[in-house]
Amino acid sequence: MAEAMAPATRELSLQQALNLALSELLAEDPKVLVFGEDVGALGGVFRVTDGLAAKHGSERVFDTPLAESSILGLAIGLAMAGFRPVPEVQFDGFAYPAMSQIVTQLGRMHYRSRGALRMPVTLRVPSFGGIRAPENHGESLEAVFAHVPGLKVACPADPQQAYTLLKAAVRSDDPVIFMEPKSRYWQKGAVVTESADWAGARVARVGRHLTLVAWGAMVARCLQVAELATEDGVDVEVVDLRWLKPIDTESLAASVGKTRRAVVVHEAPLTAGLGAEVAQRITERCFGTLRAPVERVTGFDVPYPSGDLEDEYIPSIDRILFGIQRVLEYRRG
Amino acid sequence: MQRVQGLGRSGAAGSAAPPVPELPAVPPMTAPELREVYRLMSSVRRLDEAAVAWQRQGILPAYAPLLGQEAAQVGSAFAVDRERDFLFPTYREAGVARTLGVDMVEYMSTHRATWHGGLWDAAEHRLAPIQAVVAGSVLHAVGWAHGQRLAAASPGDPQDPVGGLGVAVAYLGDGASSQGDVHEAMNIAAVFAAPVVFFVQNNGWAISVPTERQVAGGSVAARGAGYGMPALRIDGNDAEAVVSATRRALAYARAGRGPVIVEAVTYRRGPHSTADDPGRYRTLDDERRDAGADPLERLRARLLGEGLANEAFVAECDAAAAAEAEAVREGVLALGPRPGAEMFDLVFAEPTEELLRQKAQWRKESEHG
Ligand SMILES: Cc1ncc(C[n+]2csc(CCOP(=O)(O)OP(=O)(O)O)c2C)c(N)n1
Ligand SMILES: [Mg+2]
Repeated sequence: MAEAMAPATRELSLQQALNLALSELLAEDPKVLVFGEDVGALGGVFRVTDGLAAKHGSERVFDTPLAESSILGLAIGLAMAGFRPVPEVQFDGFAYPAMSQIVTQLGRMHYRSRGALRMPVTLRVPSFGGIRAPENHGESLEAVFAHVPGLKVACPADPQQAYTLLKAAVRSDDPVIFMEPKSRYWQKGAVVTESADWAGARVARVGRHLTLVAWGAMVARCLQVAELATEDGVDVEVVDLRWLKPIDTESLAASVGKTRRAVVVHEAPLTAGLGAEVAQRITERCFGTLRAPVERVTGFDVPYPSGDLEDEYIPSIDRILFGIQRVLEYRRG
Repeated sequence: MQRVQGLGRSGAAGSAAPPVPELPAVPPMTAPELREVYRLMSSVRRLDEAAVAWQRQGILPAYAPLLGQEAAQVGSAFAVDRERDFLFPTYREAGVARTLGVDMVEYMSTHRATWHGGLWDAAEHRLAPIQAVVAGSVLHAVGWAHGQRLAAASPGDPQDPVGGLGVAVAYLGDGASSQGDVHEAMNIAAVFAAPVVFFVQNNGWAISVPTERQVAGGSVAARGAGYGMPALRIDGNDAEAVVSATRRALAYARAGRGPVIVEAVTYRRGPHSTADDPGRYRTLDDERRDAGADPLERLRARLLGEGLANEAFVAECDAAAAAEAEAVREGVLALGPRPGAEMFDLVFAEPTEELLRQKAQWRKESEHG
């Protein structure tokens, strides 16, 4: 019995970690409902809901007709009826047909109703690129979501974060847009199921010379970059933002206050991307100690390209290293 | 007869669409019920006319009159079960709110620019907040209704007098029926057999666009057949027709048999809103020709003609309505602005550090803090 007290650690893929979290959430709270396109018998196109309908019943894990506005509208109505809905849109690009419900309804119902109608809705959105998908199957909507009042936005980088953040999101009484990095679904990692560390950002790698800020799939890439940078004697800290709204400004300030240099990395286009928000927060808090302007290494202001070109579009190891170099070589005046 | 081959499971060759089911019958309204509906309609008529005046007097920045739609609004809301049904209004449902017993100062607060959704407690009154997005809440009604099915121990056992489902009533207009969300909502409600009544007030107009430029297929009710759901198209200016149709629809949905469309054909006698100028798209002759008989006068004539009420009752209703409108006017005038802190405090159930910081800064830098 003694080992039952030790934290259970399991080796899971990100997709399996999400599946486990959903299954435990369904078991712990009869008000939790999982629904979307093909999430039932098929288990979702990414198999995140695999087996959940069989285990928890097809009333609580159900397929909807193919209509994203309906999926969000249902979630809002179900929340009004006291449920804790966890809807899925199948791919990021198909959050657009639901955008009015997300922006004009989900983000505002608590406010509009003066708190009488809570919206404990977690919208799962398989997100970002890197899997050579068709058009509109690889978008980075975090800045769009983060700009909407009344929404919170979470983005896990690895199986542990996926498990922990999804639990926190679903247990939250507010709407959370949960952006799952598709290209990491099959990456394995250790998952401690008792982990209570879900709030704010997380230092994924401790370093002294420069902070890389990233989320989703870019965290793993930044960790790779950090290892390569050691060859040049550069000790990089990697901050996994985890919550894209609200942003954990304190953790950013603590890290960059120490390293005095920062590069933000994201897959989304540059202009009005979340990197600008992160850079501004760092600048406000660390202006006196910053050795260089905060750099951004991002996608470009172009429609997401076809698979053959996506490696040109997504920040590569080389482009991130160039970004680091620009910051390190910056000279005032 | 040529047969289509290989249609498979859902399209067996030669099969016709299944017949749309019949709605249950309901008993006629009693005299006390009819009088109560008349009393409510008088009150709503008076409040509505008063609100237009208040806008002219500068008390309300804007108002969307429901003149002519009193029977549709009062009748439909009168039919619901206020303990277990839930109603989803648009921005023109003062008559629904009044019938449900919502405090009309709290209702008018939305037009006073006090709070967008209105000040009433939506959960307590089972009336969702004001919806400014045309068709914005129709899908919420379906979601709420599906939730009733999921929560029900024995969904829709008509033998069980305390059983049966709570029903969602989604209010929408002829213009709203063009929105994709409405088509989605009707489809998904039918697929899930969700207990929803789509209560359409076809008032002839969507701002300046007449129904015939809006609704293909002749009527919104006609769409029911395509979704395999019963639909009633009724005289929306006949209060008893509205109450009975809504009761039939509610009984069907409550028994777990699925959604229903009720299309109440009525007429928007006033402008779209106090900012509108109907002279640009319809003439007074058009209005006289198309409006038909006034629903309040029709019910009064019936009550008096059939001896169900007397002149004294009518006068009493008028006096009560006038007193009520005056009390609401005083209440609206007394409505101060909400504390600015509510802007921040009501966004989330679990407030964020970021919003608390913005609130603190607002307080520090604002004279109203
Ligand atoms: C999605 C959306 N588009 C446009 C508007 C502007 N608008 C407000 S009411 C209205 C007409 C609605 O007509 P209808 O559904 O028939 O309802 P009625 O006003 O007649 O009650 C329009 C175009 C809006 N509020 N929402
Ligand atoms: Mg209309």
